Order: sequence, then C-alpha cells, then structure tokens
Amino acid sequence: MTAPASPTKVRGETVLAVEDLVKHFPITRGVVFQKQVGAVKAVDGVSFELRRGETLGIVGESGCGKSTLARLLMRLETPTSGRATLEGRDLFKASGAELRRLRRNMQMVLQDPYTSLNPRMTVGDIIGEPFEIHPEAAPKGSRQRRVQELLDVVGLNPEHINRYPHQFSGGQRQRIGIARALALRPEVIVCDEPVSALDVSIQAQVINLLEQLQDELGLSYIFIAHDLSVVRHISDRVAVMYLGRIVEIGTEDEIYERATHPYTQALLSAVPVPDPEQRDTRNMIRLVGDVPSPANPPSGCHFRTRCWKAQEVCAHEDPAAVPRAADPHPSACHFAELRA
Amino acid sequence: MSQSAVHPTPASPTPEGGHLLEVRDLHVEFRTSEGVAKVINGVSYHLDAGETLAVLGESGSGKSVTAQAIMGILDTPPAVIRSGQILYQGRDLLTRSEEQRRQVRGKEIAMIFQDALSALNPTFPVGWQIGETLRQRAGMSRSDARRRAVELMDLVKIPAAADRLGDYPHQFSGGMRQRVMIAMALAMNPKVLIADEPTTALDVTVQAQIMDLLADLRRDLDMAMILITHDLGVVAGVADRIAVMYAGRIVEHADVRSLYKAPAHPYTKGLLESIPRMDVRGQQLSTIRGLPPNLMRIPSGCPFHPRCPYVQQVCVDVVPHDLVLGDGRTSACHFAQEVHDDSAR
Repeated sequence: MTAPASPTKVRGETVLAVEDLVKHFPITRGVVFQKQVGAVKAVDGVSFELRRGETLGIVGESGCGKSTLARLLMRLETPTSGRATLEGRDLFKASGAELRRLRRNMQMVLQDPYTSLNPRMTVGDIIGEPFEIHPEAAPKGSRQRRVQELLDVVGLNPEHINRYPHQFSGGQRQRIGIARALALRPEVIVCDEPVSALDVSIQAQVINLLEQLQDELGLSYIFIAHDLSVVRHISDRVAVMYLGRIVEIGTEDEIYERATHPYTQALLSAVPVPDPEQRDTRNMIRLVGDVPSPANPPSGCHFRTRCWKAQEVCAHEDPAAVPRAADPHPSACHFAELRA
Repeated sequence: MSQSAVHPTPASPTPEGGHLLEVRDLHVEFRTSEGVAKVINGVSYHLDAGETLAVLGESGSGKSVTAQAIMGILDTPPAVIRSGQILYQGRDLLTRSEEQRRQVRGKEIAMIFQDALSALNPTFPVGWQIGETLRQRAGMSRSDARRRAVELMDLVKIPAAADRLGDYPHQFSGGMRQRVMIAMALAMNPKVLIADEPTTALDVTVQAQIMDLLADLRRDLDMAMILITHDLGVVAGVADRIAVMYAGRIVEHADVRSLYKAPAHPYTKGLLESIPRMDVRGQQLSTIRGLPPNLMRIPSGCPFHPRCPYVQQVCVDVVPHDLVLGDGRTSACHFAQEVHDDSAR
C-alpha cells in the first residue's frame, strides 16, 4: 500500500521474535523465612513472530497472561526463561546504553488514559519526556516543534501544548498517549487494551488513527484486547491465549473463519452480534465453569477441564501448537477440527 | 355479541396505570461547584409486564441516573429532580414518602450493578448478605433465611450452593459474584429487575452465561427487565424494545428488530456504523465526529447537532420533538424520516 518507512526496512521481515517465553510469579509463604510454595504461571511458554508493518492481535480472557506478556516485552518484568529478539538483538540480555537503544524502538500505549498521564505535567512535557531520556532523538532547540508535530499527527490542536490532561476527554487523552509512544519513532508499539476504556463513538476514531499511523510510518503493532470484533478489525494475524499459552495463531481469516481449537471456537461464538435477526439462529457454544487458576493449571491441555472434546490423552499429553490436518495453521489441540 | 361491550379489549393502554412502570418527562440536574449539569432533560419511557427494555447510551448519557431515580437511590444533593413523574402501577413514586418507597425498593423493583465486587460487602459471607434482605424485610428467622439463600443461589446456578454459603465475595470469580448479586436482587421476588451494565466487567464467555441466566430468570419468574448498557451486541441478544439516550434525552425508541434494520436517528445510525463487526470486515470504520456534549453547556436546539451529518439551521434553532414513525417508533430528529429511509436503503 504505502512505501516502507525507510529503504533498508522491508515490510514483512521479522521485527520481533519471541521464543518460549515464560514468566512465573512465585507464591511465597512465611514472613521471616519466606519459602516458595508455588508459582502463578502467568506466561507459560509463548512463541511468536511479529513482522514489519503488521498488526498481531492477542486475545484472551482476563488472567490469560496477555498483559504480563506485554510487560515482559517492554522489560517491565524479568522473564523466568525464554528469548526475544528485536531486530536481531537480544531483548533480555541488553543492558545500559544498548537497552536504552532497544527501548527507543519499542513503545507502549496503555489502557487507561486517565491514570497513564501524569496530571501535574502539561501535555507538552508528557509527550516531550521521552526526549529527556533520549536526547539524541530531538535536539534541545527543536523539541517544542517536534511535540507540536506529534500533536498534529494524532489529530490534536498543536496550540494545546501547555494544557493539562484533565482538560482533555478520554479519547483525546488516548491520543496524547499515542503521541508519547510515537515520540521516539519506534518500530514496534505494544497496545494494551488501547480502546477498551473508550465509548463506542470515540473508539472508532482511535482505531482509525492507529491504522492511519501504521500506514504512514510503517509501524508494527502488538494489539492486546479482549474485544474480538475490534481485534478482527485491526489485526493481520491473531494469537489466542488461554492460561499463559497461545492455543491458536494464524491470519485474521484463519482464526475467525477457520478456527480449529475448541477454545477459539467457543470464544468467537460467545461474542454478541449486533443483529437481533441472528438471535435465534446463532449457534453458541456455551462453556461451563470459570477459567482455572493459573497457579494450578490443569495437567496436559490447560483447556481440557472446560472442553467438550476432552479425552484421556488431553490430561496426559500437552498438545503442541502445530499446523493441523483440518487447517494448516498452528493449533494446540489433539482434536483440532473445523467447526461444523 | 354484547361480549365485547362488557369486556372491552384494551386497544390502547389506559392513560393511568396502563404500564407497569412509566417514566414521564423526567428532569434531573446535578448542582456542582462548577455549575449546574443538566443530566436528564425530559426522559420518558415505559415498561410492560414480562418485557425487556434496553436503555442504550454512552457514558454521561443519563441512562444510569434515570435508573437511580426510579430506585430512589440518587444522591440528593448534588442531584435534584426538577420535574417529572415515575409511575409504578399507576402511582407516582416521586410523591411518596421514603418509607413507602422503601416498600417498593427491592420488593417491587430491584437492581443489579456493574461492579459486583464493590456492590458486595467484603466483610460478610455471601450467604449472610443474601439472607440479610430476607431477615430485615420479610422477617424471616435466621435458619429460614439461610435455607432461602441456598435456594436463591441454586436458582442463579451457583454450583454447590450450600457449601459456599459461608464464603466471602473475594472467594468467588467475577461471574459468580455477579450471580450472588442477582440472587440478592431476586430475594423479594421483584416484578421489575433493573440491570445496570451487568456484564461490562466480565469476559465474553462469562458474559454469555450471565445474559442467558438473566433471560431465563426473567421468563421463569415473569419479571420485566430494564437492561442498561452501552453494548449494541448485548442489546441485540435479549431486548424486545430499545430506548437510545443522548445528552439526557431519549433520541430514539423502537422495537429492537426495526431499529437495527433501519435506525431513524443520526446518532443511532452513527453508533451502529462505528462498531467493528466480526461478521463484516470493512476497511475503515465510520466515526461520529466530535465529542459528547458537556452537560453544563448542552448545545442549543438538538443536542446532537454539532456532531450530526444531517445538520441544518433548524437543528441549531429548534429542539426536535419525538416524531412518530409508525409501529410506536419515535425519533427526536427533524429529519427522522430521511435518516430512516437512508438507513433502510
């Protein structure tokens, strides 16, 4: 569609590769002599690749580990094990100046536009703060101009540079958060539920902005959300997470039209369709029970306790996320098949 | 042949007491240090026995405040009910004493809220909390209240109810907590259940379970339900009729099927077009331009006019009345017929 951000950067090459990423939060008992009695397996072996200029959607219910995954990628948490490379450089081994350089290339947009902006700082200071840490990104004299450019890019009035966050609406604040993420011209932006706090009429404006910026700047997005309709709209590929693992990953079409994992199928079927004519004809899979605790996930396939296809083998053998006969995209189910 | 003269079939609902619950021309404002916010500006809607009415709107549209006025749980001050009537079985609740309203609250009209964790008391077991209503209001003994609490927990399909009576709210998952709150609301067998964003805090698979449960309970217990939500998908799944609110007014009112087929207010039309659809994947989402109005400075004429693609001079000058479009549909838009015909195309 549009030209790549720069001639050396080819659209479609891998920007970020994640291999077998694990994050276990220890559960400890005792005050003086703490000992570990277990672990919350928030992220339990996640692998994927993100290509330049694409959006990878990550969906799953609360507690599936999608936000921990985001925090790991931003190095806000230290992984228990696993590897991630950003443009070929190891994300978790970097430190000091190298880490700072890597961080320039990966930025984050947060869910809540009310708590993610410091109320005591002006918009100009908020968006310009990244330049304090990375002075090479914008020389001192040019910062104000650069901030105003950024405000313009996200559709805010550049003259409002001296206003405070409370003078903006929720949607406008989310634009400020996006401007801050763009300040250092990153390659990858991790969006953690960027529109879920916004009203429907405002949500569409922010989604369109994210899409437009991607086209213009050649950005890659990791788009974490629980709203499956929004994820389908914005994503090129989608990963479905359940209890710390990716159970199915594929193109938007493969996941939404040809899902082979029972969890994906149930999740999709539960999404309310804004069409009353489909009320009686819809074929909804009703899952029973709640998501088990990530501190004590079921053996074998994590989903087996709620799965209507579960057999003996599911309790013993961990299904690998590999292409299945039913459809050639990775699906972690022993009995992967298309929905009838 | 004289049968019809003796027992006339009610062709139209009688003016007084025709509806189970009716809100008439309600005006509510909030007096704050920064000024007066006109939160409800002439809301009218009704609810008949056994039906589900969805009240749809974005934050600040006044959908929850209307419900709180019905329940009599508005904080006054800062809220002031300026005018209007809330008729329950033909009698105006707003003119009744607090004691009389207490008799209606819970017993006749009950409410469930979005955030079950903050609606429940963290320091008491759920069985005790469900039983509290029964002991206080129905004068039940502790053991009777306990027994009834188990029945109610069974009714809302909480597994192993008898064993979980002594558990505290934090020991339940989000979906189970919402069930506990529903059980509390049902304790006095209300005729009307107001559900204020009952599934907004829940995951989709749990949301589907709770909406199923609410629909089943409404049918089995023959209640009427007001479902307050911002989610067009949830409305499409359960509601019979829908009232769309914007800036403290009902801008469109219709039965659900005809509204989704052809909205007759530009705001409803804009909303339906701006939601990403899982079944239809478009290139770009259409948006409603601008922002919802500041309730301290509501635009002149039609409050939606600064954001409306159909805007004309008349919209700036004149407040539109409800235009009737047949089948009891109304739309508060000067160009309702045009919008409807455009949507139907």
